[in-house]
Amino acid sequence: MVKLTINGRKIQAEEGTTILAAARLHNIHIPTLCENEAVAPYGACRLCLVEIKTAKGRERLVTSCIYQVEEGLTVATDTERVKGIRRVLLELLLARCPESEVIRDMAAAAGVTRTRFEKQSGNNKCILCANCVRTCEEVVGVAAISLARRGVDREMTTPFNEDFSAACIGCGSCAYSCPTGAITLTDKGGVRTIVWPHNRMQFALKKCPVCGNYWAPQKQIEYIAELSGTPLSDYDTCPDCRE
Amino acid sequence: MAKLKSPGELETLRNQITGQRDPNKTVVTVCNGTGCHAHGCQAVTAAFQAEIGKQKLGAKVDVRATGCHGFCERGPLVVIQPQGIFYQRVRVKDVPEILTETVGKGNPVERLLYTDRASGQKIIKEHDVPFYKLQKRLVFGNNGSIDPTSIEDYLAVGGYAALAKALSMSSEAIIAEVKKAGLRGRGGGGFPTADKWQSTRSAKGDIKYVICNADEGDPGAYMDRSLAEGNPHSFLEGMIIGAYAIGAHEGYVYIRNEYPLAVRHVAAAIEAAEKLGLLGKDILGSGFDFSIKIQRGGGAFICGESTALMASLEGRVGEPRAKYIHTSEQGLWGRPTNLNNVETWANVPMIINNGADWYARIGTAGSKGTKIFSLVGNIVNTGLVEVPMGITLREIIFDLGGGIPKGRAFKAVQTGGPSGGVIPESLLDLKVDFDELTKAGSMMGSGGMIVMDDKTCMVDVAKYFVTFLEGESCGKCLPCREGLQQMKAILTRITEGRGKVSDLKLLEELSATLQAAALCALGQQAPNPVLSTLRHFRAEYVAHIRDKKCPAGVCKLGAAKKK
Repeated sequence: MVKLTINGRKIQAEEGTTILAAARLHNIHIPTLCENEAVAPYGACRLCLVEIKTAKGRERLVTSCIYQVEEGLTVATDTERVKGIRRVLLELLLARCPESEVIRDMAAAAGVTRTRFEKQSGNNKCILCANCVRTCEEVVGVAAISLARRGVDREMTTPFNEDFSAACIGCGSCAYSCPTGAITLTDKGGVRTIVWPHNRMQFALKKCPVCGNYWAPQKQIEYIAELSGTPLSDYDTCPDCRE
Repeated sequence: MAKLKSPGELETLRNQITGQRDPNKTVVTVCNGTGCHAHGCQAVTAAFQAEIGKQKLGAKVDVRATGCHGFCERGPLVVIQPQGIFYQRVRVKDVPEILTETVGKGNPVERLLYTDRASGQKIIKEHDVPFYKLQKRLVFGNNGSIDPTSIEDYLAVGGYAALAKALSMSSEAIIAEVKKAGLRGRGGGGFPTADKWQSTRSAKGDIKYVICNADEGDPGAYMDRSLAEGNPHSFLEGMIIGAYAIGAHEGYVYIRNEYPLAVRHVAAAIEAAEKLGLLGKDILGSGFDFSIKIQRGGGAFICGESTALMASLEGRVGEPRAKYIHTSEQGLWGRPTNLNNVETWANVPMIINNGADWYARIGTAGSKGTKIFSLVGNIVNTGLVEVPMGITLREIIFDLGGGIPKGRAFKAVQTGGPSGGVIPESLLDLKVDFDELTKAGSMMGSGGMIVMDDKTCMVDVAKYFVTFLEGESCGKCLPCREGLQQMKAILTRITEGRGKVSDLKLLEELSATLQAAALCALGQQAPNPVLSTLRHFRAEYVAHIRDKKCPAGVCKLGAAKKK
């Protein structure tokens, strides 16, 4: 275990955990949008910046979602400097995604209700944090979507920017991992619809012969059967109705 | 040629090569750097070869296509050795006369000589031309005398002697020597080279890598290009020495594919060194194995950043990662990796050859040795200059660079590329080294110097660099991607007469956010052009915003209203 101080509170954390994870365990709130404990640290949104002072006395700003706890570390999560930077970042986000309630709420919590920056055209709620892309690749193992191009032209898209991603199994992990609601998922009448910023995908859902509920996309079931090497017939009924 | 199995065999070969060369034989060296290519040097080189055949001078004269001499403004450049007679702006039609008059009779061709701007006198010898006279060309000097595709030429000027010497030293002794010499990285950061080598050497792991960063991308900077094109063995030798000191057996040259001549010459140099056993297994019989592969970059500025470069080398998208764990511990494929740029590696052989004490006598207290700068923009002598650290900006721009053309006045110089900053006239006596430039709000960077005259608008300059960086931002982190876009929008409205008084504070706040919060150095340093122009030329911003006037007459402030 490693001993460190966050906002004056002395805490202990396991070696290898990030400052953000350690803070969470002790109910110390650090705002973040792109952090997702299911995937590798990425550090894109920069909202989780904190000020640290190492045991050797070195002071700097670090992203708490990447920086790992160390013995004797002193962390401050809400200094004036950190709050000032966070407010500018939130103003940038408000200009990028004015429609996102998540961002509006987060900004309001930080005292930011308007942005001094020019509103960006062609807005949606996507902040390009790559949570969807990283989850699809690292957790699902499918890599049906990707980020394409660089800089201001960066966008979440399908391979070759086609309307349809053949690799997608319709699992909806992208929608679940999206922090701003830029990707939505609806199941209706035996069809799952996933709406990405640039297009929509539709998948047939499998109906359980016992309870009559639609319980998973057909494609996802096929993928899981193949991945686990189990016969497709094992998946005729939904998990609730299985013996 | 067979593989050399010992330092003794290397010396025997060197003596054979120099023994076969008559030091008094005339050699016509023609600069074949990229700048002179644009001026038509290939045709001039071919004309010399044809004319020598025609005049049956083959026994008397050799022609050598060399690397870049640096004085790009006056190309194609021809130097007649061993006398050192310097001709500039040479055309194909001048070739027969040079051969009959200068080579045949020893008379200079007046019209091709360089005219000193101050005295109006014609200058005959290369080393008397002010542009060269004030330089200290330790790294760059051999560019003008050797054919970069000939390893024999490199051996004839003492090449690979430092490697032979290094292989007889311990790793610790080599690192100690580089440390004592005070060599700092020439790629931009100025980090002490020996410390980087030491951390890579001390890092846990059996497999380690060394990489040469030849992904030079700053607008107007081309010193690494000229070295890689003009004397590739010099930095390869440095890499082999570094690999030996670090304990690496594989190396990569990450080089821009937009530098085709450099790619060709480096590839040829690696092949020639392998054939002689200077690369590969059991180098010079020392038992040390080291090989180098070339990786061509796809043209992204961000791939000059260490972690992005390594990601790209691994075949992934070239995007940076947080460097809380240094690449010297976990770099390429998660292994300890040492990255230095072309110029840094090229400094290594001479430190080993001449010793740290000799090297440390050149330069300032904190910055040792020389630095190659590319002088571009509103300057009379466009080209590459190598000068000792500590020389003043005034000396570089006015004495070497010949000042500002068309009788205009100097306004500012941008050092350190797009992430650097502008330096005004009041700071021209600043001694150029890593620390002084940083103190002035700019940086050394890779050594680009863009000189601007009084017809330059500083707000427009800031907008230019921010636009460049916005286009090169990888887009991974929010402050760089969105922040640069907004910074460009603010600068654009100021240059179009739509600026607000509050914009200056907003620019400063946004700049501070990028400096503190961006993921990598590209974003952290991106505000430098804005902050340095605000620091030194704030009145120009105010004139645009309050008076709707561009003092330099560059910006069309009415443009927005007409739309």
